[in-house]
Amino acid sequence: MTFSSPAPTDEDIRAIVAPMTSLEGPLLPMLHALQDEYGVIPDIAVPVLADVLNLSRAEVHGVISFYHDFRKSPAGKHILKICRAEACQSMGGEALAESTLARLGIDWHDTTQNGAVTVEPVYCLGMCACAPAAMLDDRVIARLDRARMDKLLDEAGA
Amino acid sequence: MKIWVPMDSAAKALGADEVAEAITREAASRGIDAQIIRNGTRGMIWLEPLVEIDRGDGRLAYGPVGVDDVPALLDGAMDSLGPVENIPFFARQTRLTFARCGIIDPLDLDDYQAHGGLAGLRRAIAMTREDIVQQVTDSGLRGRGGAGFPTGIKWKTVMQAEAAQKYIVCNADEGDSGTFADRMIMEGDPFTLIEGMAIAGIGVGATRGYVYLRSEYPDAIKVMNAAVRIARDRGMLGQSVLGSDHEFDMQIRVGAGAYVCGEETSLLNSLEGKRGVVRAKPPLPALEGFLGKPTVVNNVISLATVPVIFERGAEHYAGLGHNKSRGTATLQIAGNVRHGGLFEAGFGITLGEVVNDIAGGTASGRPVKAVQVGGPLGAYMPVEKFDTKMGYEEFDAEGGLIGHAGLVVFDDSADMLRMARFAMEFCAVESCGKCTPCRIGAVRGVETIDRIAAGDAAAADLLTDLCETMKDGSLCALGGFTPYPVMSALRNFPDDFATQKEAAE
Repeated sequence: MTFSSPAPTDEDIRAIVAPMTSLEGPLLPMLHALQDEYGVIPDIAVPVLADVLNLSRAEVHGVISFYHDFRKSPAGKHILKICRAEACQSMGGEALAESTLARLGIDWHDTTQNGAVTVEPVYCLGMCACAPAAMLDDRVIARLDRARMDKLLDEAGA
Repeated sequence: MKIWVPMDSAAKALGADEVAEAITREAASRGIDAQIIRNGTRGMIWLEPLVEIDRGDGRLAYGPVGVDDVPALLDGAMDSLGPVENIPFFARQTRLTFARCGIIDPLDLDDYQAHGGLAGLRRAIAMTREDIVQQVTDSGLRGRGGAGFPTGIKWKTVMQAEAAQKYIVCNADEGDSGTFADRMIMEGDPFTLIEGMAIAGIGVGATRGYVYLRSEYPDAIKVMNAAVRIARDRGMLGQSVLGSDHEFDMQIRVGAGAYVCGEETSLLNSLEGKRGVVRAKPPLPALEGFLGKPTVVNNVISLATVPVIFERGAEHYAGLGHNKSRGTATLQIAGNVRHGGLFEAGFGITLGEVVNDIAGGTASGRPVKAVQVGGPLGAYMPVEKFDTKMGYEEFDAEGGLIGHAGLVVFDDSADMLRMARFAMEFCAVESCGKCTPCRIGAVRGVETIDRIAAGDAAAADLLTDLCETMKDGSLCALGGFTPYPVMSALRNFPDDFATQKEAAE
């Protein structure tokens, strides 16, 4: 995610979360909405959410940092989540993940130098009967092998 | 001509969207008048994308279909598998919870009703609360999420609780590897979950419901959101459920990638917008759950099974099964298997029958080494225990758990020390941090297993001791059950833990 647009303001954050204030337990839906918009949870969102929901900033920060999904730093253009769970391991998922990271020259959670792909581990995509699996952004791909993974990485511009 | 191409995410992950596009294109270019329906999966994942065609004399199955097969498929030149109901894997099943999955268009409420949908809800509306809860108790239904707690008893507690607001919360945080039944029913027959939640709401006096759905399931989120909108528009949800005096409405909430939120109290905290930290019990969620109010927290499959219990009667459901495990188990056969997928049948079938017979052994063709039953917190069962029957008590007696009924098969290339290490590593990554035995123990567990691997024979006793502490000292199943895969690997596969020193001697 490149920040060509100006950083969000206090008002921008309030406008995005305003429709969710009447929900029971609104914080996760608000964080999802912010991340959908900006690709990260912007720093300025912490004090604004604390104000909107009458929480301390520490509480908001605690929620953001608890969940794997919420990012504090921008990801690459695409996010590739490779399943590390048992069913995928039983079908060679670990070797596939290793070779993928080796080809990209990065480790888990890192982004390729050209900013195209960030690789994250994921524990189960529900593709356990057609393992190994990965998810490129919102698209799930199953029964992966190195050739299919290479094709996927090429598509993503890695 | 009617053509069904699944929109289930496993089918899509194997190319179903591309096949559907090719069929549309090819049919148009040939001037064939074809109605293409995107259905759920029939559950035979090794045959996906599984396309069905009705040329006027019933549905015939073809699969797996690739884009290149489409011209032959439309020419009638591709070999058919025959009707799905005749495929042995399918023919052996008793489909109750999954009766409609893969047959109907998941988002067509009329199609749903034409296949028995809403009959259960209509019957429940005409019953008293007490009778609704009694019906669930009589069915013998137990929580399908893993713990196996009797659903009727949970409902009764919530029904009897006095409160201005009560809730139905569906646990759709299906994070266990080897399980995909929740995803499959939400993508393939979402109205059955909505109907089950509405019956639960009417039964216990709850007017609001939430489905807490994991973010790793983007397709299920889309289908469930669309289904809730349709259900609301058509009066299945809202102030007057199907025109009755009962009110019930619900929302889909998306998780944020924390495995521990599959634990019910952690899920409730997450739903409230807090960190997904486990709560001590008591108080039970049935009395003080979401926002401190009485709450039914049930797994997707438990709730999705409720409509068929009301449609066909509790006796019919309880008539299936084995000992105290009544009804059907929705087995998810996964990992290194030839024939993987969803297999619904009465409890009581043996583990060996499932793995060797139904699943046809490993995909790799190598001998089976271990089967992990019940997800990442379940035991690794060796081939010697293949006569264990699928049932809650039967697995408990063998030092395992049936959990969500997912089975992950490993061939003889699996290194069980590595699998034990992974279980500890996973616990360390996903621990919510509340209990010391889980938070610290999992990290120490990884280190201790590394010591075993490096040749420290004494470390095995330390690992056993650590596992006892985690089991007894953790609040929830994450820290409490991680010892299952670890200890079962250590006990059942001692050769993999033989230290390098011993191996050298």
